[in-house]
Amino acid sequence: MSLFGDPHFAWRNAQSALNSAGPQAARIEAYWWLIFAVSALALILVVLAMFYALFHSRRRSDLEPEFRPSPKLERSRGWVVGILGAVTGVILLGLIAGSFATDQALESFTAQDALSIDVIGHQWWWEVQYIDPVPSRRASTANEIHVPVGRTVALTLKSHDVIHSFWAPNLTGKQDLIPGHEATLNFRADRAGVFRGQCAEFCGYQHAYMGFLVVAEPPDQFAAWLEKQRAPAMTPANPSQRRGQEVFLSRDCALCHTIQGTEASGKTAPDLTHLAGRKTLAAATLANNPSTLAAWIVDPQSLKPGNHMPSHLQSVRLGGDGPSGLLNQEDLQALLDYLGNLE
Amino acid sequence: MKILRGVWIAMLGAAALTGCEREERNFVEPPPTSSAVESLRLSDLRPGPSSPPPAAENSAYQENAYAISEGQRLFSWYNCAGCHFHGGGGIGPPLMDDLWIYGSEPQNIHATIIQGRPNGMPAFGGRIPDYQVWQLAAYVRSLSGLTPKDAVPARSDHMSNESPPTTMEKPSPKMTGSPP
Amino acid sequence: MSARQPMDPTNFEPLGHSAERERLEQTWSTPPGIYGWLTTVDHKLIGKRFIVTAFFFFLAGGILAMLMRLQLAQPDNRLLGPDLYNQIFTMHGTTMMFLFAVPIMEAMGVYLVPLMVGTRNIAFPRLNAFSYWIYLFGGLMLYSAFLLNIGPDVGWFSYVPLAGPEYGTGKRADFWAQTITFTEVSALAVAVEIITTVFKQRAVGMSLGRVPLLAWAMVVMSFMIIFAMPGVILASTTLIMDRLVGTHFFNPAEGGDALLWQHLFWFFGHPEVYIIFIPALGMMSSIIATFSRRPVFGHAVMVSALVATGVIGFMLWVHHMFATMVPNAGKMFFTVASMLIALPTALQVYCWIATLWTGRPVFKTPLLFVLAFFFILVLGGLTGLMLASISLDTQVHDTFFVVAHLHYVLIGGAVFPLFGAFYYWFPKITGRLLNETAGRWNFWLFFIGFNLAFFPMHQLGLEGMPRRVYTYPEAMGWGGLNLLATIGAGLIAASVLVFIGNVLWCRRRGALVGNNPWSAGTLEWATTSPPPDYNFHPVPVVAGPEPLWERATGLPVVAGLSDTTREVLVTTLIEAKPDHREELPGPSLWPLISALALAALFVGSIFTPWAVVWGSIPVAAALIGWFWPKKRETEEEVAEEVPP
Repeated sequence: MSLFGDPHFAWRNAQSALNSAGPQAARIEAYWWLIFAVSALALILVVLAMFYALFHSRRRSDLEPEFRPSPKLERSRGWVVGILGAVTGVILLGLIAGSFATDQALESFTAQDALSIDVIGHQWWWEVQYIDPVPSRRASTANEIHVPVGRTVALTLKSHDVIHSFWAPNLTGKQDLIPGHEATLNFRADRAGVFRGQCAEFCGYQHAYMGFLVVAEPPDQFAAWLEKQRAPAMTPANPSQRRGQEVFLSRDCALCHTIQGTEASGKTAPDLTHLAGRKTLAAATLANNPSTLAAWIVDPQSLKPGNHMPSHLQSVRLGGDGPSGLLNQEDLQALLDYLGNLE
Repeated sequence: MKILRGVWIAMLGAAALTGCEREERNFVEPPPTSSAVESLRLSDLRPGPSSPPPAAENSAYQENAYAISEGQRLFSWYNCAGCHFHGGGGIGPPLMDDLWIYGSEPQNIHATIIQGRPNGMPAFGGRIPDYQVWQLAAYVRSLSGLTPKDAVPARSDHMSNESPPTTMEKPSPKMTGSPP
Repeated sequence: MSARQPMDPTNFEPLGHSAERERLEQTWSTPPGIYGWLTTVDHKLIGKRFIVTAFFFFLAGGILAMLMRLQLAQPDNRLLGPDLYNQIFTMHGTTMMFLFAVPIMEAMGVYLVPLMVGTRNIAFPRLNAFSYWIYLFGGLMLYSAFLLNIGPDVGWFSYVPLAGPEYGTGKRADFWAQTITFTEVSALAVAVEIITTVFKQRAVGMSLGRVPLLAWAMVVMSFMIIFAMPGVILASTTLIMDRLVGTHFFNPAEGGDALLWQHLFWFFGHPEVYIIFIPALGMMSSIIATFSRRPVFGHAVMVSALVATGVIGFMLWVHHMFATMVPNAGKMFFTVASMLIALPTALQVYCWIATLWTGRPVFKTPLLFVLAFFFILVLGGLTGLMLASISLDTQVHDTFFVVAHLHYVLIGGAVFPLFGAFYYWFPKITGRLLNETAGRWNFWLFFIGFNLAFFPMHQLGLEGMPRRVYTYPEAMGWGGLNLLATIGAGLIAASVLVFIGNVLWCRRRGALVGNNPWSAGTLEWATTSPPPDYNFHPVPVVAGPEPLWERATGLPVVAGLSDTTREVLVTTLIEAKPDHREELPGPSLWPLISALALAALFVGSIFTPWAVVWGSIPVAAALIGWFWPKKRETEEEVAEEVPP
């Protein structure tokens, strides 16, 4: 099942701690290379010392144990061990200082004009709320966080079910979302790009496919995007889309999903108002195109077993007039037409 | 030593044969149920718990911890709690007691959810998948202790399951509108 | 009482009167047949049983690991699915930590410590039998549950709320929590026995300064168990109560706190790593001393380092929680402690290198396993420093980098020394040597396979692969390194098979090599291999840390212990001067009965709180039976009483 055949969705280095795209990740990466160098050197020295000891040990022909080693030799070796111990201590203190300096630097990256975003972790997707003092200017999306390049973003992280952890390694370290607590996380993207992140705290069946994207774009593009997100959904333009909307509102979809500007106002699943504008489906699991969308609606349980989107396999297989008559082929086509145009 | 091992293996084998229905996780719904449900036409006027015996394929939901837990989640996601509260009843009848207006068998509850009932219970037929209706039925039965105790969680992670006794007498002012 | 006579250390057997030996044999022997098997209190039988059981759990955990590696070998794999995978990785972690690593270290202690300190049985021998049974029942319960599809699926750390009543549906997490209770009761019992044995039952003359490093390590481990385990028993009990009777310890909506669980769990969980690691350090010291043909360099430094590691080990737990909202100022303390704990281990490594340098290394399989430590454990320790830094930890925490780190530390720091220890002490236990060629295959397959399996995981973690994922999208580009890791895991499996074959073959057909094949210096080699039921006759007196090296002509001995009762010599804490004689209890069925009763209580309380009430009646009855005074003992005590 490689629904990422499209080369656009190759994420190598888009979710990497060693490919920083902002000051926070860059500071941590710098400290990583420092401690990596020190550690590599230490490891090489220990292994060399071991080989030196093995092959320069005193050659005696007999295997008689030397139970009382010569005090003079012991003392001189004692000095070597003592000095090595002291050097190790000094290096450790240096690493501690380096670590504190990095922590301090990360703390100092706060900004007055930070963009506030609420991120709420759900089993197994991410709700994203763009905060604005004016309620009507708030915007809600899912699994895709757009941020302006060069401006600090202040995330408020919450969870209402289990513990999740927000981790976009190219931008900054991870932060846990613990029910009953609120956490904050600041980062800044210094170059445009699409970065991937993923839940890093085990959270149940679909922990593996609980991804998200961070789209860093120039401020004007970002502003345009945000403006669009604030608008209600487009109205159906043709009979097929109208039927699709009807299907959406009359079936189980609207019980969980919201589409702004319609009666659908479920809060337990991703807001679909601008679904078609997103790059991925199902928490950065599938590329967003009509065929993946159809597969996802009909059979989400074999794509992400255990997730909370109900399966419609049964209803589609029965041609729409089974026990509950949920969805037939024409309905599905219309629904795809409608959802696929929610730009 | 070998005797002990043998005894243990025999015990394990016996236990494995009985299986553990409580722990199955059926992510992909089971094959379509028979038309037993369709043929079940209880008169709305017929009260009391008399009802046909449960169909075998649905008993899997009744004793299954995952199904009950999914039912619990759906109970709040599909806003059943909006009328029934967390079992204590409000606008809709309480579900925690042992009074059943339309029968307490899973099929009865299934029919109630699918077809709706007079005085406000909406029909969810055609809206929610059949297997979720069974999960909801399993959860609703667990509220009044009709499912095996070891399949039911001791509490939920919310405050609400502590409060039904008081909220029953004083319905919250938000709930004055008629149910959808 | 301390009449001294010379004795040949490498050939203990012929000395002493044969009639005395026969009487001792009769006094200390285990009854024949299945009854004897169920009632024995011999630390060697229980120790062997403990080792074999723990090794079986190691194999089970290894099979689970292979299944995980097969699932992860390619992206978007459908072999296992999330439900089964979650159970398997939880079972793997729980098995390896609670049913293999800690028990096998205790088991080595149960077998070796009484021999090393020169006594005839472990202190509290019936408690020792009890601790084995309760451990066995806990392990069997967990695996029965797993085979019945009730295997825990919330991780070996069982974070709430995922493991709580709402999200951890069914009885799966309950079985996890009760397994913890079982194994911790067992560990606490063993810890008490080992501390008492080392502190009060040492051979005359073995002052604290002469206690072998392995026995020191076992004491430090035991103290850590005593301080750490109550934390996790508290945690598992509160979790069971939240799940079974609806208490709110971990429910934020009712004033509980999910973070509380993490503190309780890691306050135990981090010392746990050192509980596994410290005995392995002791084994390292034993093997290095013997194969360098000299005592370990800097005995006092080594002991201080072990104690320091044990103390600092309790000050690190928050570094597992750097991604939570614990205040930064608090986290900084844990950064310092987590970095500084490297110092005692570094000193030990330097001392060992100095030992090899000033000694005369003999390259046998046990030493090879120990030398691997200098690469693997040191690498794991260095990546540990990276996890100690708050900001760097937020990048690598909960990724495959940590998976790599912890396997480097635990396999390099504990399993490699343990395999070295198997090769080293196998002749002690069986009287036969393991095959050297097979040993080398075992070693090189393990060493290469291990690095192939776990080194790539460092890179996977830095490239963004989180832990505990049942699969990953192909587009992430993690497929190649994961396939490599799976191949490495296959080599490890092959290496373990070589080891099993070696043991099975050599158990019956290995070379007979006499009592002290490595001509080692510590007391466990002063008796026959395998040791007789009474361990030593006569009981030795020591005058240095490596008594067998110092007195080539033979050890002085203690006479005057009864040979018709199970009497051991109790010595003073510091100087190990003779203090008094103490009679240890003999075989009994009561430990088994008590363990069964307690197991019934624990398993029952998964399903109903009433099991605690009704289950405590058989437990109380069994304990009363266990401690009911015997007529003979009472008479003897009355006879000994001095009238006022």
